[in-house]
Amino acid sequence: MSTQTVETATFSDELLKFIETWKDKRGNIIMIMHRIQQEFGFLPWDAMAHMAKLIDVPLAKIYGVATFYHYFKLEKPGRNKVAVCMGTACYLKGARDLIDELSNLLDVGVDETTEDGEFTVESVRCVGCCGLAPVVMVGDEVYGKIGPDGLPEILAKHRSAATEGA
Amino acid sequence: MAKMTLEELRKLRDEKRLELNRRKVDEKTIEVIVSMGTSGIAAGAKETLQAFIDELNQHGITNAVIRQSGSLGLDHAEPTIEIHMKGMPDTIYGSVTPAVVTEIVDRHILKKELVDKHVFDRPAPDIIKE
Amino acid sequence: MAYSSYCLVCGGTGCESSKADLIYRELRRVAEERGVDNDVQIVKTGCFGFCEKGPIVKILPDESFYVDVKPEDATELIDEHVIKGRAVKRLMIKDKERKKHLETEDDINFYQKQVRVVLRNCGIINPEDITEYIAREGYAALEKVLFSMSDDDVIAELKTSGLRGRGGAGYPTWQKWKFTKDIKHTAEEVFVVCNADEGDPGAYMDRSTLEGDPHSVMEAMTIAGYTCGAHKGYIYIRAEYPLAIKRLQTAMAQAREYGLLGDDILGSGFNFDIEIRLGAGAFVCGEETALLASIEGERGTPRPRPPFPAVKGLWGMPTVINNVETWANIPMIILRGGEWFARIGTDGSKGTKVFALTGKINNSGLIEVPMGTTLREIIYDIGGGIPKKKQFKAVQTGGPSGGVITADHLDTPIDFDNLTKLGSMMGSGGMIVMDEDDCIVDVTKFYLEFSVEESCGKCAPCRIGTRKMFDILERITSGKGEMEDIDRLEAIAVSMKKASLCGLGQTAANPVLSTLKYFRNEYLDHIQNKRCPSGVCKDLVRYEIDAEKCIGCTVCARRCPVNCIAGERKTVHVIDQDACIKCGQCYDACKFDAVRIA
Repeated sequence: MSTQTVETATFSDELLKFIETWKDKRGNIIMIMHRIQQEFGFLPWDAMAHMAKLIDVPLAKIYGVATFYHYFKLEKPGRNKVAVCMGTACYLKGARDLIDELSNLLDVGVDETTEDGEFTVESVRCVGCCGLAPVVMVGDEVYGKIGPDGLPEILAKHRSAATEGA
Repeated sequence: MAKMTLEELRKLRDEKRLELNRRKVDEKTIEVIVSMGTSGIAAGAKETLQAFIDELNQHGITNAVIRQSGSLGLDHAEPTIEIHMKGMPDTIYGSVTPAVVTEIVDRHILKKELVDKHVFDRPAPDIIKE
Repeated sequence: MAYSSYCLVCGGTGCESSKADLIYRELRRVAEERGVDNDVQIVKTGCFGFCEKGPIVKILPDESFYVDVKPEDATELIDEHVIKGRAVKRLMIKDKERKKHLETEDDINFYQKQVRVVLRNCGIINPEDITEYIAREGYAALEKVLFSMSDDDVIAELKTSGLRGRGGAGYPTWQKWKFTKDIKHTAEEVFVVCNADEGDPGAYMDRSTLEGDPHSVMEAMTIAGYTCGAHKGYIYIRAEYPLAIKRLQTAMAQAREYGLLGDDILGSGFNFDIEIRLGAGAFVCGEETALLASIEGERGTPRPRPPFPAVKGLWGMPTVINNVETWANIPMIILRGGEWFARIGTDGSKGTKVFALTGKINNSGLIEVPMGTTLREIIYDIGGGIPKKKQFKAVQTGGPSGGVITADHLDTPIDFDNLTKLGSMMGSGGMIVMDEDDCIVDVTKFYLEFSVEESCGKCAPCRIGTRKMFDILERITSGKGEMEDIDRLEAIAVSMKKASLCGLGQTAANPVLSTLKYFRNEYLDHIQNKRCPSGVCKDLVRYEIDAEKCIGCTVCARRCPVNCIAGERKTVHVIDQDACIKCGQCYDACKFDAVRIA
């Protein structure tokens, strides 16, 4: 279980307002969790506990929902999300090789984050750019028709961008 | 815009239709449609759109309308754009990078000639004739 | 200085290989020779998608369409068509039945093969401007329903149209609506839901529809609300589709502003509003009962049916639930009438189907064709054939719930019933083309891996069955398979089909059953001969260099990432089998076909 926590005081006003408007709507849990993940990049344990109090729902239920859906992350992700599309078209055109090469280059497996917190590698379902297969996304940027050879350059680009920004 | 009544909706529909049709036959108007679906954007449609804005400005072309639409379905040729203008056949261009935009503005719009190797065709004519 | 005509030569890969470039150069040469090179511009274009008749030359502005053009025809085209303005009938496509030469592409079957009902506005209107939708007959269907049709009229029109659900199973839409309509007066509340949880890997037509034409779906949902007595609609959409979500939000805000959503729509007294609910990356939520659970904020596990959602759905209330493509058809059906719609398609499947054509195909993209179009037409006429002149192997439809269609069935008209008969299914519309380089067992394993990951775990047949089948396929592809494995696969498949709770489990075995039916030999090759004919399964592959074909160009040795290819310039190269990691780079790199899969 995740031990990563967050100060409940860090819920932004917008987030609190969002929760307020959704509080009495039916079936609000998933929508509120999306909003929390948007704020923190993942679902910190404390944030879920705080949410449970705010909308008066058992924490167990929130945790149950959080673990069911792939989209919700319980661990803090790296600064850059490297998502390899594993849709069928990309698979046929060599997405598996891209994953292998990424684990080679970064020394992490799928759904793991590098030690320096720079990159999290993910395999995702069809991002819908089958015409560009195989596709890798770093953050919001899409790189299409790339082979394992092209990966070091892409990683370098985002690595330096992140350090410069820091 | 306040809420519409039935009559207002019909009136708006007629007016807008006229406006769109007028644009088609108006000699002065050049219409550029950039296809902005997810696959288009992934292939660089945002840069393409910006390049059109810049190029048209640079040449002082003021009678051009740039519109965006959803995907045409030509994923293998994204980013795709469509140009309507008097004196040229309606044309769809594919693989339109900013460099190609420069060429399209220079050749298609100014010199009225097609740009080699980037002309694509509509996947199908609409059966729903207007 | 402007040209008076334009001559387009298809430069797609298909035509390029059949001498398009020569034709292009000939045309230019002749035009220059005749001194008309300032009157006609000759350009090379992207693929026209009509490769079977290539090379193609099209002349604008009269849109004449010439097929099977040869370089020596260039003189005649320039002299006759460009200079004298007379069509060269000899090169126009011949239609035996009509016994006349067709002159423009609008008349050619190929261009009539795509019919746009669902995608009618995609790529044409600005999806973020409601007035452009309105100008193209947008909200005219809602207008008609609100002011001149009763609930029974709407359902009768849907019945006449023969529209079946586009989400996969193909249930008649009018029946779903009628179940709900019939009990609307006794229900406390009724809901309308749009299933936009498009999860099949390789399918994205719903996303494109929502991105390109969000209002058509909203208009249809409002019509359903009026017919079935609902005042609230939900669009359940994948969180992974940010652009579609944004366009929907914009569209909803505009519709509210114009009074097309909300209270007293167009002054009719009818109230209806829509809310977006986000999915969270669970494939099973594409199944309607799981989707409803997810909207309710629960874990998205399916519920037994019956009761069907039409009777007992969201929060126990009657719920009309349809998928994006189904919804997008409805405004046109109302506006043009069910009979118009029923004229498109086959006896059992009316209308059109949108497919996402991907994989080993030249023109990948979204296409919409009438039901009953054959695979051959889709792959060769619209899709432009297989790249690099490779051999067609199969098409996968229906994603992890579907199966493969082989070359023997290329001419089967595609509709709900025929695909089911072939052991596949329509599914949501992903169509993935595979060529000789793709291993059928490996692709099947890919789908099973997907199902293992996405099985929600509620019922045992699916939870355990998918895992067991995956393990067996893993064994087979790594060279440890045994003959009994095939019987085991079949036995598990049958129990899963019978005993699983929802559609995901009931169909998860389809990829296995279908490939066992059509490609049993390939399984046997993997098991008995420990051989993967297409060279995909790395444990079973051995790359060798053919001494007779190798010219010693050193390309493979330079490309090899682990430096396991030895050989001097102009001498035969050899692969060190112990060091080889079977990446296949040498195989791809060799221009002389000297590297082969043993």
